[in-house]
Amino acid sequence: MIRPHRTHPLWFAFLLHRLSGLGLALFLPVHFFMLSMAVSQPDQLGRLLRFTDLPLVKVAEFGLVFLLALHLFGGLRLMALEILPWNSRQKTLAGLAVAGAFFVATCFFLKAI
Amino acid sequence: MLNIHLYMAQRLSALIMAPLTIGHIAVMIYAVQGGLTVDEILSRTQGSLSWFLFYGSFVLAVAVHAAIGVRVISFEWVGVKGRALNGLTWLVFAGLLWLGARAVYAVTFAGAGV
Repeated sequence: MIRPHRTHPLWFAFLLHRLSGLGLALFLPVHFFMLSMAVSQPDQLGRLLRFTDLPLVKVAEFGLVFLLALHLFGGLRLMALEILPWNSRQKTLAGLAVAGAFFVATCFFLKAI
Repeated sequence: MLNIHLYMAQRLSALIMAPLTIGHIAVMIYAVQGGLTVDEILSRTQGSLSWFLFYGSFVLAVAVHAAIGVRVISFEWVGVKGRALNGLTWLVFAGLLWLGARAVYAVTFAGAGV
């Protein structure tokens, strides 16, 4: 049985924030390691960057930008709720966070393809 | 598991990163047009103190933020506690800081003779 709080939209907002953060934390070491090759191994980095031209990798990049934007907007929502003196409109803000993240990632994707 | 210092560090690093992340996304959307190359990345960042400070502070903030985030998830979902939890937090922080610092140095000053 699904516990009642787990059907609440804000629980999904919490879960999305956590999973997007975890995904980004796992991606960051790879991202940093690749960039650190810019001067020492430029040919290898060049090959990896050409790999990102593949359509499937573009879609994966879309996913990463979506995770980043999702975590950004979800974090702003969280801090707004913690710091600012309001407690209503939470569902609207959670929905806007996802919509905004999707918009940003789509902008990236349209420029990338 | 999270004392007031860690809680504040998590929130402060988030506040620092919010504008940096928006800037990073804007740069990505601009830079990805026509594909990415090593020369293109370096032409934008090499020898630039501004990009060094931008991405340097980003790396520092994200190392703090991610380490505390992984700490919370490890405690709540995996049940890691005590010394292991502290060790994991420091490991994630130091690892990201080290890898991130190398990346920032590589794209800003490594090839500029600094």
